Amino acid sequence: MPTRELYIPAVALLALACATAAQAQSAYGIGRVATPAEIAGWNIDIDRDGNNLPPGSGSVSHGRQVFDQQCASCHGPKGEGGLGDKLVGGQGTLATPKPVRTVGSYWPYAPTLFDYIRRAMPQNAPQSLSNDDVYAVSAYILNLNGLLSAETTLDAKTLSAIKMPNRSMFVGDPRPDVKNPACMTGCQ
Amino acid sequence: MTEPTDVDDDPSVTSRRRFLREGGALMGGAVMAGGLAGGDALAATENADNLPPNVPEWMKTPGDPMGSQLYGTPSPFEKGVIKNIPKDLQQYLSASGRTPLQDLDGIITPNGLFYERHHSGVPTIDPAQHRLMLHGLVDKPLIFTMDDIRRFPSESHVYFLECSGNPTYKKPYGKTASDLVGLLSCAEWTGVSLKLVLQEAGLQPGAKWVVAEGADAAAMTRSIPIEKCLDDAMLAYSQNGERLRPQQGYPLRLLLPGFEGNMNVKWLRRLHVTAEPTYSREETSKYTDLMPNGSAREFTFYMEAKSIITRPSGGQRLNEPGFHEISGIAWSGHGKVRRVDVSVDDGKSWQEAQLQEPVLTRALTRFRLPWHWDGQPAVIQSRATDETGYVQPTLAELLAVRGDNYFYHNNAIWPWRIAKDGEVTNANA
Repeated sequence: MPTRELYIPAVALLALACATAAQAQSAYGIGRVATPAEIAGWNIDIDRDGNNLPPGSGSVSHGRQVFDQQCASCHGPKGEGGLGDKLVGGQGTLATPKPVRTVGSYWPYAPTLFDYIRRAMPQNAPQSLSNDDVYAVSAYILNLNGLLSAETTLDAKTLSAIKMPNRSMFVGDPRPDVKNPACMTGCQ
Repeated sequence: MTEPTDVDDDPSVTSRRRFLREGGALMGGAVMAGGLAGGDALAATENADNLPPNVPEWMKTPGDPMGSQLYGTPSPFEKGVIKNIPKDLQQYLSASGRTPLQDLDGIITPNGLFYERHHSGVPTIDPAQHRLMLHGLVDKPLIFTMDDIRRFPSESHVYFLECSGNPTYKKPYGKTASDLVGLLSCAEWTGVSLKLVLQEAGLQPGAKWVVAEGADAAAMTRSIPIEKCLDDAMLAYSQNGERLRPQQGYPLRLLLPGFEGNMNVKWLRRLHVTAEPTYSREETSKYTDLMPNGSAREFTFYMEAKSIITRPSGGQRLNEPGFHEISGIAWSGHGKVRRVDVSVDDGKSWQEAQLQEPVLTRALTRFRLPWHWDGQPAVIQSRATDETGYVQPTLAELLAVRGDNYFYHNNAIWPWRIAKDGEVTNANA
């Protein structure tokens, strides 16, 4: 399209005139630059290796207190489930007719636990817990699942080092995995 | 021109409205006509005074004046056509509501009936205070206002959206088409190509994924492969011509044609360009497919080819033998529907249905087959084939490979049983 071909060099000339690297990248010049402080305030993503976990720490014992106050009413006093998901148990059930998917039996990565609790829990007041409290609750849930001793304190380094038991059980998407022969007559 | 007035001030109009409301209530939600009924409600509302040779009462007095409704709603006689919300849930903040597929025609879902799934309620977002942040492996991290987003070149496409758990593999199976696959809807979406927005920030080498986050109380997060982001992904702000409904992500949502619904992040506020997926809770502990051996498939994005007969379908009744059009919808996350076959003899033989043009990629496609019901028990079902040649499987074929713990991505053929009295029920139930 002729108009488009003309338009791009015009933008390039404009960018040269403005002489900033940023504008040289942009086709439309829409939006403004996000500052590091703005990004830091919003970027709460933690990957499976624990990158971007915040400073702070929390113990299993403190986690029990936070859990009792903030989590137990939905997830049960011992994480056995209720209005909210069951968080504890189920190891060894995934290949049975009644699989129980919990943090202990199913979750492949421990840092994701911190990520999810911080962004979405407790459901009535998400993003209200301190980072220390989130570490503590994460520690307590892992302790209830037999994955952490009662004396443990978690921080960014120790949480990232935890190997979840179901970690190696995830595979890629092999679909299409089912073939219907598309019979037209005399079927079945 | 006069200003629209509140017509409820007029007693004659008010009484007329009351009649309509009560008439609508008597209908009990039945919307079927001709030889097909949702129940026996039609007969209950027949009033001979309005039937030939008499002139109906609504011709003998003027109707509602202009401005009676500043935002139009359906006829009171259609009040039964509503979202299908499960009645026995423990909580309704993380829940889903279904489209009444069996009551709709064509391929476009009315915005008020579009299926809903949210993970911590529906936020009320002031668009003036909403921002989209784009950061990570980009040359220039950017923040956009909604006005900014709307300045980009726009495009419109018709795409279906389907929840990945639609339905599960375990009994009990639903009674109606909506119970079975009502977490499915289709709309014309308007927005900006995600590719344009990413290019505005400049992708850096190593940019392989984009983590999308919603501005809801779940801060819902999914990782999207960069190939999809640079292909047909959209940032949508309008649906069927009007701004998104709050339940659909107002003021901005991600639209990933053919991908499972959960990834089409609503109330979109952040795009984080990364080298790897974030492995969020929603893509590890949820929305992964558990196999019989205990392994689980992850990053199962595409919704495979599927179809269902919506008329006649479960909960409806054929009032008499004779001509009945079989009609339904077919779709595939992998592109266009190539053909739909229909069986009216419990799967012994199949015939090709007619597809309503235009057949659009990753949109619902309406199919039809003329049929004469002989009044004998019958089992009817449909089978979609998409442009890749993939054929919609039977439930038995799926279960043989995946088992019934799989939960998501059930695209099985769903047969309907028609009894001698015309009642239609789920033949798999």
